[in-house]
Amino acid sequence: MAGVAMVEAISLALSREMANDESVVVMGEDVGINGGVFRATSGLEEKFGSRRVIDTPLAEGMIAGLAVGMSAQGLKPVIEAQFMGFVYPMVEQLVCHAARMRHRTRGRLSCPMVLRAPFGGGIHAPELHSESTEAIFAHIPGIRVVIPSSPSRAYGLLLAAIREPDPVIFLEPKRLYRLSKEEVADDGQDLPLDVCYVLRDGSDITLVSWGSMIKETLEAAELLAQQGVSAEVIDVATISPLDMDTILESVEKTGRCVIVHEAARMCGVGAEIAAGLADTGIYNLHAPIKRVTGYDSIMPLYKMEMQYMPGVKRILDAVNAVMEV
Amino acid sequence: MPATVASFKIDFHQFLAADGQLISEDVPPLAKDMDKLQSLYRLMVTTRAFDKKAVALQRTGKMGTYASCLGHEAAHVSIGNAMQPEDCFAPSYREYGAQFCRGVKMSEVLTYWGGDERGSDFSGPRHDFAWCVPIATQCMHAAGAALAFKLRDEKRVAVATIGDGGSSKGDFLEAINAASAFQLPLVLAIVNNQWAISVPRSKQNSAKTLAQKGIAGGLPSIQVDGNDIIACHWAMVQAIEQARAGKGPTIIEMITYRLADHTTADDARRYRADEEVEKAWQLEPVSRLRSYLQSQGGWDDEKELELLAEADREVEAAVREYQAVGKPATESMFDHLFANLPAEIEAQRARALRELS
Repeated sequence: MAGVAMVEAISLALSREMANDESVVVMGEDVGINGGVFRATSGLEEKFGSRRVIDTPLAEGMIAGLAVGMSAQGLKPVIEAQFMGFVYPMVEQLVCHAARMRHRTRGRLSCPMVLRAPFGGGIHAPELHSESTEAIFAHIPGIRVVIPSSPSRAYGLLLAAIREPDPVIFLEPKRLYRLSKEEVADDGQDLPLDVCYVLRDGSDITLVSWGSMIKETLEAAELLAQQGVSAEVIDVATISPLDMDTILESVEKTGRCVIVHEAARMCGVGAEIAAGLADTGIYNLHAPIKRVTGYDSIMPLYKMEMQYMPGVKRILDAVNAVMEV
Repeated sequence: MPATVASFKIDFHQFLAADGQLISEDVPPLAKDMDKLQSLYRLMVTTRAFDKKAVALQRTGKMGTYASCLGHEAAHVSIGNAMQPEDCFAPSYREYGAQFCRGVKMSEVLTYWGGDERGSDFSGPRHDFAWCVPIATQCMHAAGAALAFKLRDEKRVAVATIGDGGSSKGDFLEAINAASAFQLPLVLAIVNNQWAISVPRSKQNSAKTLAQKGIAGGLPSIQVDGNDIIACHWAMVQAIEQARAGKGPTIIEMITYRLADHTTADDARRYRADEEVEKAWQLEPVSRLRSYLQSQGGWDDEKELELLAEADREVEAAVREYQAVGKPATESMFDHLFANLPAEIEAQRARALRELS
């Protein structure tokens, strides 16, 4: 299918898996007739009915708690939080139950559920609609945190997330929802979780990123190529559990690494990647590891959001600093 | 004059008075069913014997912190007995009487409090939820289970229990809301034992009843004497039948008393008067039912002694089983984390086996 935007790819994946598996139900605020505030569930209620596309009362903690109960009893709920800023009432149910259910019952019960949440800045949204707090969930054992960076990866990774027998937090970089379109084959083919995707081969430096920052990272790599610097670009895609092997392998080849993420620096996933490199890959490094991240400040309201988020220039500055060593 | 658009009341139901006598002759059939009452009494006495032993195991260093159910036997046993095996129970953490009715083994309860996840892999209904430490969150799991049953057109009911303290939490109120919005086959039983660790019922809120929180969601909401097994059982059976028939959720507040400390790590003498506890003992459910059974010719001292001896044997066998469980294997720290173990966790599993062997 030509010209598919990320948000449409997400709809296609939901529709495909609902048709494929009748235990899949979509649930959240405004997901029914309204099709979700970003239209990710557009048309699903019409197609599958209000028993499988469920508009809930306005209570995020309730949505997550229901999903824990439903998934433990054999359904596969795909719940939507309208924005990541609204997932915090869900945290208790996710951390204390969804993440632990299989482990604490020794496999007797489990929670095959997906929480979809749009996240990140860059769309001039109101307060608390633009943060990137994926690291909070990456710290919790028992849940996967998956972040797509293109329409086709959104399609394949979301299918995989729904098919995974354990809980997945699927964070959608909403700046990319309609930013570009590409060919997406609606063939029901999922993409593997728990692995990084190498988006561009290179030999001089490894750029590691995920989500919306992949856009700027790829742009930076293109500009670097014009300068004669060959950058390898890795899309982490599943930030927890982390596929360090792919990153280590790349850095073994390039000897340099810059990590780019929109989220604040402190305890961001970039720190874990840098620590992994220091632990196992330090003798392959020709230069210090640099992180290009959001600042450790509150995500500004939209007038200043682009200053907060790393842009191509900040990435290039970091790369140039590393290349000089 | 404003028009009244809605009006509410909360009924309190009690059939068996504290002295073990029926309050009136207008009673449910259970009051006349001596066989059934005897079997409920056996469960209550056995649960109490178990509880006493569990506390002793903790006190002697043979088990970790334990939450006693002393005084809750009528409420718990009525809940477990009124449910069908295919129904789904979401307890908090002291409803052993209900769980024993459903087939959870005593040794499994001890295994859990003995610091071992295998206790939650219990042999009761395999779909029942395990103990739930984060207060009130289990109400949402029962609501989710009930929604799953409803969406699949299954004639199954979900039951959650919660305490008076838990009724202050959002998840309880959100479960009421979900039950109301989706008309779920759900029964929420508030086992109001008057104390949330050291905070008395009066400090949770100033409402006359906790049952009335259900009114906000339009749920049938009643109060019963939680030390009167006939009232508890009658209310549970009615609520479950309603739910099974597709007539929606119910809230039942069972008024009882926590006769023990909150857990073995607590000392209730720090915050409540002995006289209050002594008064509560006058209302407790086990001797109340025994008095009634005796007055009806359905019980005597000989039967009592036999039952106590039998309960002791059962509890001792469970303790032996618990003590034979042994330590879990190191790899079990990883083996149930995910169905498909990620490579990184696989590597940590191997490392743990090296480091801890």
